[in-house]
Amino acid sequence: MNEMPRAAIRAAKTNLVWLALPLIVFGIAVAWLVSTDPLSGFRNGAPPVENLTFERTVLDDSGLSLLVRAGGSEPMTVAQVQVDDAYWQFAQDPPGPIARGGAAWLKLPFPWMLGEAHAVKVVTNTGATFAHDIAVAVPTPQATTGQLRLQALVGIIVGIVPVAVGLMFYPVLRGVGREGMAFLLSLTIGLLGFLLVDASGEALELAGEAAAIFQGPVMVVLAALSSFLLLMAIGRRSGAPTGLALSTYIALGIGLHNLGEGLAIGAAFAAGSAGLGTFLVLGFALHNVTEGIGIAAPILKKRPPFSVFVGLTLLAGSPAVIGMWLGSLAASAQWSALALAIGAGAILQVIVEVGAYLMRQSERRSDVFLTPPVLAGLAAGAAFMYATAALVKI
Amino acid sequence: MDKPTRPDLLRRRSLLIGGLAAAGGTAICTSAALGQQQASHVGHAAPSGAAGQEPMPAMGHGAMMTVGEVDSAVNGFDPTEMLTDWDTGTVSTLPDGRTLRTFEMTAEDREIEIAPGIKFPAWTYNGRVPGPALRAKEGERLRIVFRNYASHPHSIHFHGIHAARMDGVPGAGMVDPGDEFIYEFDAKPFGCHLYHCHAMPLRRHIHKGMYGAFVIDPDPERRPEHVAVARSRLLGTPENAGWQELVMVMNAFDTNFDAENEFYAVNTVAHAFMKRPIRIVKGKPVRIYLINVIEFDAINSFHLHANFFDYYDQGTTLTPTLKTVDLITQCQAQRGILEFTFAEHEPGLYMFHPHQTEFTELGWVGMFDVVEALA
Repeated sequence: MNEMPRAAIRAAKTNLVWLALPLIVFGIAVAWLVSTDPLSGFRNGAPPVENLTFERTVLDDSGLSLLVRAGGSEPMTVAQVQVDDAYWQFAQDPPGPIARGGAAWLKLPFPWMLGEAHAVKVVTNTGATFAHDIAVAVPTPQATTGQLRLQALVGIIVGIVPVAVGLMFYPVLRGVGREGMAFLLSLTIGLLGFLLVDASGEALELAGEAAAIFQGPVMVVLAALSSFLLLMAIGRRSGAPTGLALSTYIALGIGLHNLGEGLAIGAAFAAGSAGLGTFLVLGFALHNVTEGIGIAAPILKKRPPFSVFVGLTLLAGSPAVIGMWLGSLAASAQWSALALAIGAGAILQVIVEVGAYLMRQSERRSDVFLTPPVLAGLAAGAAFMYATAALVKI
Repeated sequence: MDKPTRPDLLRRRSLLIGGLAAAGGTAICTSAALGQQQASHVGHAAPSGAAGQEPMPAMGHGAMMTVGEVDSAVNGFDPTEMLTDWDTGTVSTLPDGRTLRTFEMTAEDREIEIAPGIKFPAWTYNGRVPGPALRAKEGERLRIVFRNYASHPHSIHFHGIHAARMDGVPGAGMVDPGDEFIYEFDAKPFGCHLYHCHAMPLRRHIHKGMYGAFVIDPDPERRPEHVAVARSRLLGTPENAGWQELVMVMNAFDTNFDAENEFYAVNTVAHAFMKRPIRIVKGKPVRIYLINVIEFDAINSFHLHANFFDYYDQGTTLTPTLKTVDLITQCQAQRGILEFTFAEHEPGLYMFHPHQTEFTELGWVGMFDVVEALA
């Protein structure tokens, strides 16, 4: 009786040793590097590598505030700050050198001019400079009730209303035949395909603006793949999703995408680089109408209660509101990129599932993608999105 | 390039540094007598730190300023002291009875603080930027013993009249690291001149800090038509003591080496004379030896507030080349003498700056603190 546990214990101990050994070797290597400093030969008197990323810009009654993140080989010291080629007094919070990866606020009592451009230049103690342009100086949205309500309104118009409008085609669409159904499903894939490409591009672009320490492009790809695999795994727990489940996944994917979109719009809005005119908001709304049709497609043959439609609308549309709030009040480029990447992964999952569903609906399996209604649907979905996107691209 | 410095030169160097310290001490006494107060004479600069909490309406020009102070003790030179710190060398008499004036100069690599918190890897003469303000009298024999303790070849190219051998250009008076050269020539013509390194690349050698004032006072005996004016210009005469003389070298620094200056100043430190205005005794006339050595910008200028001055371009005349102006421009290496008085003014802070407002806002601006005669 005692033989087995003893052997097991011995094996466990042996395993522990084999586990500890590489760690100990690495520890010794680190200790040797730190204590004897064999790399001192590389020290050639060159100044440390410095990098500074501007994450947020806040313009308000007290002047100009900048959130900067240091990414140097050593802690960085901000020595002076220029605005429009003039030195301005500033206060740093927290004060002192900014550790690698750390962030600090620089606050300047700078009398910025509404609607004009300003150029900020941070000078470090080594004399290196880091520039940041404020394209259009506008007051940064504050977390006031009025401001939040206004942003919620924009979020509702660009996120919830179009999905609701799209879902309202439900009664009309119920009458479609087999080919019409294939057209609608492939229309959904087409529009989602556009969103996937668009969101990925935008995520990578934002990732490029983020501090190097976040390794933006890698983060975007990994986040997208993770969300794709996670949602696939969840969705396939009990077979491939169909009907309401598939609609829900489409709504979730679109919702995550809208969250990222909201963050990006909100951040651009806060930075003054995008004026959210009526035309632009309506453009976004029109752009998103097909999303509702896409969500409705898998449940055309079911008869879900009204509350399901409300739920799907909120799931797909309301993240736009949350995104607007976060984007204009708190987000930095890396968080917008991360949200867009997760959204892209979710959209990919939905594309796969809708495609699988489309194939199961037809006896032609994968050849279904080459049938006229499907080709027409794919083209129509992507083309509609592309054409309406022209309204909102600046 | 990186030749080791000869040990005998090193020993002489430490002696030299001791000598410099002594000279600095003398300069402090002199400047105190002239009214350049060392004590914390802070202007109207708003204290840093609290600035961030000020509301928008209070954002006056007081907030448009560098934050913090430069540690002059660490730098080893002080912009205010340098205003009146003349290097007159050591004087001896030649067999023919002429005066021989000898200056000791070194080239050294040195990291200096050119604005609060900003370190600049400078190349210096005698460890300071600008280099020592050399001053001699017209007709004297000058001997400048130059030793290069720096990591690159350097020279001293004087703006003056001399032989080609003494010109301080490649092939004539260029000094390799660890070597020595003696420049020798007559002090002429009188005026407000400059010297700078003429090693290649020239722009980099000048911009890194290798320049300084070179003033030759007129000899009253040779200027019978303007004896009084000449005597007032000649250092050491009672007439000259009636003036408040200041040497201002307008310089700038490109800290990120993008061929554009990040900081502008007189005597190196940005905003130094905003934070510590230059004390001017109301009744005494003021004479400024103004020298422009900036790189990357074609011209610099000097504008005096609430007053006008006479200007002697290059200082080689005893009558003004421009009368009653409040702005003069200088191209690179141009220089001249400004004369004015606040005798009829009420005491207060009078600003001076170049009228290229960009230079002003990047640090080259100061104040004269005009006060009644010292008790």
